[in-house]
Amino acid sequence: MASSHGTPPVFNNKVIAWIDYRLPIFSYIEKEYHTFPTPRNFNYFWNFGAIATVMLVLMIATGIVLATNYTPHVLMAFDSVERIDRDVPQGWLIRDLHMNGASFFFIAVYIHIFRGMYYGSYKAPRELLWILGVVIFLLMMATAFMGYVLPWGQMSFWGATVITNLFSALPVVGESIVTWLWGGFAVDNPTLNRFFALHYLLPFVIVAVVALHVVALHIHGSNNPTGIDPKGPQDTVPFHPYYTMKDGFGVVCFLIVYAVFVFFAPDYMGHPDNYIPANPLVTPAHIVPEWYFLPFYAILRAIPDKLGGVLAMFGAIAVLFILPWLDTSRVRSCTFRPIYKWFMMFLVVDVIVLGICGSKPPEGFWVPLSQLATLYYFAHFLVLLPILGKIERPLPLPPSIADAVLKKKAV
Amino acid sequence: MVATGALGAVGAAAVAWPFINNLNPAADTLALSTIEVNVTPIAVGQAVTVKWRGKPVFIRHRTEAEIKEAEAVPMSQLPDPETDNKRVTDTAKKVRPEWLIMIGVCTHLGCVPLGNKPGDPKGEFGGWFCPCHGSSYDTSGRIRKGPAPKNLVIPDYLFTSDSLVRIG
Repeated sequence: MASSHGTPPVFNNKVIAWIDYRLPIFSYIEKEYHTFPTPRNFNYFWNFGAIATVMLVLMIATGIVLATNYTPHVLMAFDSVERIDRDVPQGWLIRDLHMNGASFFFIAVYIHIFRGMYYGSYKAPRELLWILGVVIFLLMMATAFMGYVLPWGQMSFWGATVITNLFSALPVVGESIVTWLWGGFAVDNPTLNRFFALHYLLPFVIVAVVALHVVALHIHGSNNPTGIDPKGPQDTVPFHPYYTMKDGFGVVCFLIVYAVFVFFAPDYMGHPDNYIPANPLVTPAHIVPEWYFLPFYAILRAIPDKLGGVLAMFGAIAVLFILPWLDTSRVRSCTFRPIYKWFMMFLVVDVIVLGICGSKPPEGFWVPLSQLATLYYFAHFLVLLPILGKIERPLPLPPSIADAVLKKKAV
Repeated sequence: MVATGALGAVGAAAVAWPFINNLNPAADTLALSTIEVNVTPIAVGQAVTVKWRGKPVFIRHRTEAEIKEAEAVPMSQLPDPETDNKRVTDTAKKVRPEWLIMIGVCTHLGCVPLGNKPGDPKGEFGGWFCPCHGSSYDTSGRIRKGPAPKNLVIPDYLFTSDSLVRIG
């Protein structure tokens, strides 16, 4: 798609023309963000890539400001965060934006991933685009985990202890990896120092992978709700002003909800125990990670074996890497997959159930429920997807995007 | 070609080594690796928690009943078989069954098990209970039930006199 644009733009402004002749950034912007032919039938699910990008920029901006007042030392970290909240001008606002920004970044990305799965955006020729997305997701998880350690509260400390101990389950190299993460015999000052350094670094790595994600996106263009490729100009609209406007609208709506949390319930998604300074000698009665890790935490605990639990948890993300090859159906969009559509919705329910299980103590009814939900999670990807593609009879696809859109209008 | 490649690989490894080794514990961290504890104030049936290498160490003055119970357990019932005797031997090979000294870190995912303070739940086997993921340890600190794979770890320790123990 990207190669089929018309003639290169002519710039009337002499300065812009001078620069563009030597470094064609203006041509690039014109081609990729103005005339870029984009399917005309996006629904609001297609907003979340732009929303996630805005959240990434917002997290970096607030993070840099926070770093100027934060002290990465076990004796001072907790107090320096309290100081940001109480004494630093507008510190409370920057911190609440950052804290809730992490949650809303994950909300945007989870919806973005759902969109990709429901509409088959991971299928040929967009497999690498999808894989880069999973890489971004993994980097986000690492960044969020290390960021949560920095305030050095009880949940920070014990979350860090539990998560770094996961690696000790690996045979042979496990213990060395844990020592390298800690820089000592337990989670302590060296750990806090290296986590701060990496928490500052990784977002910029994410920016780089996002750039690759966008480059890969612009090779074959966006997927769309019908999952069929645009066949000509009647199926597309230029990116600007159509989708700059729609993305802008979506971003503002999303930010309104975000602002409600920042201003009226800044601690709603956090855990009160993290306002108790870290104590290496007392474990809180009930350790839970941040909400966005709960489904994976439930999978970890569902397996009654240390190594098995760790492998299942990492496997739950690893399986996403091979998703393009597990799905054998040639139809992309669930709109035209009458059976898979329901399994896809069931997967969403399953992940929510896992999340609830992850927030509960590992006892009674919650154990078998989380085991059942874990079983479905893996069966969905490893059994259902490969088989369903072979036996399901998809609905007839519309001849083109324009046909689909105009027919809908006529009815 | 092969020689060049091999030399390059050696060079790359030589450059990588300092960066990886840099992640290991520093000299001042290692210097904190020994502590001495006076055990005379700990009455029979009591336990204390001391901090060693940033981790809690449990020192329990066991009662006769607890020692008997620990010694009576058949090896076949233990997920990580170890005699009680072996767990109360110091580095000079001297056995003191009344003193059980262990790192108070659950071998599952590193929480601190409950059971050291009076009033704490001690789990089904009268020893320690980890509230995080439900592992139960017996009066010898051996894993009996739950996801933890190993017994609570016994650090190197030495009774330098009847009242003084050096850990590390």
